[in-house]
Amino acid sequence: MTATTSADARQTPPDPVPGSASRRLSGMLPGLLLVAPALTAIGLLYAAPLVRSLVTAFVGADGTFTFANLEKALEFYGADILFSILVTLASLALIAATSIAIAGYLTLGQSRWAVPLLRWMYRWPLFIPFIVAGQTARSFLARNGMLNTLLADAGVLDAAAAQSLLDWRGLVLTFAWKQVPFVTLLLAGAMASLDRSTIEAARNLGASRLRCLFEIVLPQVRPQLFVALVLSLVTLLSVLSVPVMLISGNPTMMTAMMAHRVTYYGDYAVANALGLFSYLLTAAAAWAYLRMSLKEKANP
Amino acid sequence: MSNLSATLRSAGSAMGLAIAMGLVAFVVFGPLANLVIWAFAEQWFYPNQWPTRWGFEFWGRVFRPRAGAWESLWNSVSIAVATVGLSMALSVPAGYALARLALPARSLIMLIFLLPQAFPSLPIFVNIAAIFYNFGLNGTLFGVVLVHSLPGLVYAVWIATAAFSAVDRSMEEAARNLGAGPLRTFRDITLPQAFPGLMAASIFVFLDSIDEFTGTYFVGAPDIATLPILMFNASMGGNYQIAAITALILLIPSVGFMLVIERFLKADVLSRIGR
Repeated sequence: MTATTSADARQTPPDPVPGSASRRLSGMLPGLLLVAPALTAIGLLYAAPLVRSLVTAFVGADGTFTFANLEKALEFYGADILFSILVTLASLALIAATSIAIAGYLTLGQSRWAVPLLRWMYRWPLFIPFIVAGQTARSFLARNGMLNTLLADAGVLDAAAAQSLLDWRGLVLTFAWKQVPFVTLLLAGAMASLDRSTIEAARNLGASRLRCLFEIVLPQVRPQLFVALVLSLVTLLSVLSVPVMLISGNPTMMTAMMAHRVTYYGDYAVANALGLFSYLLTAAAAWAYLRMSLKEKANP
Repeated sequence: MSNLSATLRSAGSAMGLAIAMGLVAFVVFGPLANLVIWAFAEQWFYPNQWPTRWGFEFWGRVFRPRAGAWESLWNSVSIAVATVGLSMALSVPAGYALARLALPARSLIMLIFLLPQAFPSLPIFVNIAAIFYNFGLNGTLFGVVLVHSLPGLVYAVWIATAAFSAVDRSMEEAARNLGAGPLRTFRDITLPQAFPGLMAASIFVFLDSIDEFTGTYFVGAPDIATLPILMFNASMGGNYQIAAITALILLIPSVGFMLVIERFLKADVLSRIGR
């Protein structure tokens, strides 16, 4: 509990003289001076481009306010927006299911060799760059790729019937491969800090491990799971390399289309309109998360 | 009898567990093994299932003096080092202030430092490139360092704040009571204790910069080639051997840092991130 006391101590100003606002402000001056350079950098490198992207999305060629860019983005790239939504939802579903399974096994598993082995294995893709994940997927999941070769060698798959997985399935698999370690790391951490006694009690009363996971462990770590999934959603909507490397035709992810619009047409207006849709998607997810956490606070 | 069936059942579940672990191992390491095979495959044409000739020929090609790999490696490393320098120079004072000093609207400031990670970054990079164009920063190393410093700052400020809050306050107070000035206290007491956390922040920023693709693509290309850009171009050009070799080089810092990060990012710092 030392953390809370230090947090409390931090919030009380060092010079609590009542009613002397100017004195309190001058007490804050050193802190403000130290934060100012970093804040300025965020202002120049983040706030300015953000404002520019929002403004450009609503300004026409003649410099007046317009919805034409948004309409054009919807008309040209509506299928890509839908594709992006479906691919991210499918990826998040796969990520959530896999992470719950891994984190659940790490928390409730009893095997003396499998638990440490799994803990050692699952983290590997965590720090692997997306662009490397994209390259390995490109050769691993292709029609003549290693996955199909191995499946054919094992007799599971007829080599003639082998399909390329380099479409939405490849995107979902690559995104999941890259993001599952991140979500599992947060989830397993949250599960490890739970009170073990309720789990032990349920186990002693004869509840199976699966039931323990879904009825006792998972409800308590739902906030952490949601945060991890929202952060993953932002990541998936920001990745450019993987869709460009995996998908050659249309529809593809919005990021690839934004890059296409800028590099081939120099059309920042429509690209920024598309960007606006990706902000809206993230905002919707954040809103759903906030609503859920508020509801849980209202009736715990 | 019941003993035998129990033994059989536990053997069966151990078997199931072994198969499940084998599957996990295949999913995690299969794609990586594929990369290694490509890096050493000199000849691999359809319908051959596996390479027909192995060797180091493409490694020689990648590292030939004029092939661009050395230049990309040098660019990547110098950009990453400069990004770490810039991000830490800005975030060590900010982190110290956020952890120790009185600030108005502290949680709002923390939120501002989180925002760049809370929304998709690609539109931001596109518009940074458009703004940089006016200042002639596109295609320069400095421009790429600036664009890499945006995600760098987010990690650095958050981890540095956590690192400074984990420093034992009573030792600082003792030093001040013994007559040390605030700067001396910071240098001799606070900084050494926060050092592992700051080191972890630097590692994160370094890794993020080495791996960064999107920002470099918009701001740096085609003049500045980093390793990810080199890999991307090789892959899109169908040169899978070169792409695989570059990808393996990119994996060295990622995997290396994954193995040492726990030494720097201790639980007492981790638990304070975001507070």
